[in-house]
Amino acid sequence: MDAPYAIEMLNITKKFPGIIANDNITLQLKKGEIHALLGENGAGKSTLMSVLFGLYQPEEGIIKKDGKEVKINNPNDANALGIGMVHQHFKLVECFSVLDNIILGVESTKHGILQKEEARKKVLELSKKYGLMVDPDALIGSITVGMQQRTEILKMLYRDNEILIFDEPTAVLTPQEIEELMQIMKNLAKEGKSILFISHKLNEIMEVSDRVTVLRKGKYIGTVTTAETNKEELSKMMVGRDVNFHVEKKEQNLGDVVLKVDHLTCASKSHKGKTAINDVSFEVRRGEIVCIAGIDGNGQTELVRAITGLEHKGEGSIELCGEDITSATIRERSLKGMSHIPEDRHRHGLVLDYSLEYNEVLQRYFEPEFKKGIFLNRPAIREYSDKLIDQYDVRSGQGSITIARSMSGGNQQKAIIAREIDKNPELLVAVQPTRGLDVGAIEYIHKQLVAQRDAGKAVLLVSLELDEVLDVPDRILVLYEGEIVGELDPKKTNENELGLYMSGAKRQEA
Amino acid sequence: MKNLLKKDGAQSFIASIICIILGLLIGFIVLLFINPSGAAEAIITVIKNFLYYPSGAAKMKYLGSTLVKTAPLLMCSLSILFAYKVGLFNIGASGQYTAGTCVALYCALKLGWHWLPCLIIAVIAGAIMGTIVGILKSKFNVNEVISGIMLNWIMLYLCNMVLTSVKETTSPYTYNLAQTNAKAVLPTLGLDKIFSNNQYVGIAIPISIVFAILVYIVLEKTTLGYELKASGFNKHAAKYAGMNGKRNIVLTLAIAGALSALGAGLFFLTGFEQWQCTTSSVPAMGFNGIAAAFLGGLHPIGAIFSSFFIQHITNGGAYVDKTMYCAQISDLISAIIIYLCGFVLFLKMSMAKIASKKKGGEE
Repeated sequence: MDAPYAIEMLNITKKFPGIIANDNITLQLKKGEIHALLGENGAGKSTLMSVLFGLYQPEEGIIKKDGKEVKINNPNDANALGIGMVHQHFKLVECFSVLDNIILGVESTKHGILQKEEARKKVLELSKKYGLMVDPDALIGSITVGMQQRTEILKMLYRDNEILIFDEPTAVLTPQEIEELMQIMKNLAKEGKSILFISHKLNEIMEVSDRVTVLRKGKYIGTVTTAETNKEELSKMMVGRDVNFHVEKKEQNLGDVVLKVDHLTCASKSHKGKTAINDVSFEVRRGEIVCIAGIDGNGQTELVRAITGLEHKGEGSIELCGEDITSATIRERSLKGMSHIPEDRHRHGLVLDYSLEYNEVLQRYFEPEFKKGIFLNRPAIREYSDKLIDQYDVRSGQGSITIARSMSGGNQQKAIIAREIDKNPELLVAVQPTRGLDVGAIEYIHKQLVAQRDAGKAVLLVSLELDEVLDVPDRILVLYEGEIVGELDPKKTNENELGLYMSGAKRQEA
Repeated sequence: MKNLLKKDGAQSFIASIICIILGLLIGFIVLLFINPSGAAEAIITVIKNFLYYPSGAAKMKYLGSTLVKTAPLLMCSLSILFAYKVGLFNIGASGQYTAGTCVALYCALKLGWHWLPCLIIAVIAGAIMGTIVGILKSKFNVNEVISGIMLNWIMLYLCNMVLTSVKETTSPYTYNLAQTNAKAVLPTLGLDKIFSNNQYVGIAIPISIVFAILVYIVLEKTTLGYELKASGFNKHAAKYAGMNGKRNIVLTLAIAGALSALGAGLFFLTGFEQWQCTTSSVPAMGFNGIAAAFLGGLHPIGAIFSSFFIQHITNGGAYVDKTMYCAQISDLISAIIIYLCGFVLFLKMSMAKIASKKKGGEE
């Protein structure tokens, strides 16, 4: 034992009805180290962190701080012990300034009146010390996501937290911002803070962490020193088998234009009077995967809504297989050969209270195959659903009659993908199809997209994940503030160049 | 027992029973506060309803009367649960019921129509009422609860106005149906014989049960029900799947309105009651229908039994000793019980939670 541990979670076991979320897990965080917690979705990372935060009480196991056993009954106890967390989704008040957000909840007052000057001094000192540049008076709503994240970090530092937890902090950042964050994390560790870094992105873990603890299906797999391992070994520990990172694609066989978007302009949903998509034109042909890349909130949602017919108020035209569908209804688009894997599978993709079989015919229940007169043809629906479950390996508790809500995220997504692909579409619009899924499921979904391409279909992929953007498509279109600022060949570009386009630092002239 | 608790139907049933017991208990406590000496007897009277009568023949007769009023309540509860399954709260059931009453009685008493066209036109009137709410909701995004309540009152006074033309000169009530236009009275199908010649018992009761089964079939077995329920569960997913959400809202409320109004026709065309043209409150039938729908676990077949129970309690309340309690006590007690019936869903959820926790603990 070279250094004493800042926090130790020893032999933690936490059970939920029907599942052991954490099975005898031990995590020891050294002082001043960056310790990565790696695991697929459902591996038990969140549960373990909730135990550390006092949100759950473990059935077995103890927590030690600086070698002394402590009881953490609620988040206040965790705060008192100096444990702070940057959540994946920031917890900031949009219409407050950075400074107000930082002091929120620990405001110092004199006779009931806020004393902000002292707080400002402390915040400025902290941001200088750790290289966290933010303007304390800027409104949260008006600063970038990266700066919002720094505000979250400053919040922890302002509370003198010693143990900092970062929950998937890079998911929302540009490559440049990620690099800056890595540097910040290293600075923090150098100043003696202990960092727990939750992620399933192997590149980042390799770059920044000192040690890695891997969980799989609620079980402790092991803790390794980063310097002595590599990506392949880590992924094998995480998934339990070898994973192919590279997407295999056949030689491209380009065909006719399937989707043609011509001078499309869409109004913004959130900002009245602004345009979210500004004069965008592009085409997708048979046999290619075109990826719309960009940082979240640059018009992707509006673009997809216009193409799929969920909403379109604006100018320009959209053609599917040479037919104008600008004002066609969603069902007409669906019948003309458009499939849509929606961004939000719970909101749009599934009726969660319906059984799996009912969800599999969501756009097709009215077809002769699935009805008898005015009645549903339940045997036919069951048969079809069983076929999809089998063919696309959708796993669920009770097969076709499983209620969709009770299925895991990955299998819900597989159910949607089965439905959308089995419609045999001309155009498949896939919006963040791998969001929140684990490595195994991602690999599977990428294979399905490529299979569609190889079968001569057109695929429009909208993605925020850099690995996906660089690996899956044949062409990349970068969307920045509602405009296409660059068309890139994934074979000839890299993360850096892509990042510059995504952040608006660089653009190709049309 | 453990497995039973996990079944949805069983959960609904147990929750409903618990609600009934709680309602009776609280009703009893209220009676205790008002006048402790008669409380036990009063609550037993409420529960007994028609069993209060000593002779078998009288029991059957008054059971018949309860059933006559159960039919319209069942129709209203079907109306509410149908809309509820599609994610809409049809609080306008009362107004639709009033519209049905108004049109059916006018056609029967003023125009001298046969009972069947009277029923049909009542259904149409209710459907129109529902459609108005549906169009306001789908086109202008007006909340169906607000527009429904407003229409309830508009319809009430419209009904009073229209039916004044068929009002007896010496009382606020409309003409006696059997005396004025005998062919507008619903046929009894000989059912009256079973219930000690209770002339009001007739076709209305089997019709309402048939409609309960029809609603069940439409919701569970047809493509229309599939689509409507999908919209109710998740309107975003329904839209994504290309379903016409606006049309579905209008259609659902039109059907719900038709069901309520049919209930009114099935009741007033028995001649059991006459409409009072000075009525100043919206008929309680539409609101009791809400309680009946929830007490029946939002299931059409369950609604048959819950409607009967609620009507049973309401009728029973009328027999409470008026020398010990004021006249309003019957309404108060049935209101308390009906109010508690609304807690079925809440109880059911709590039970589901407990059941799943237990399961976790045992494994």
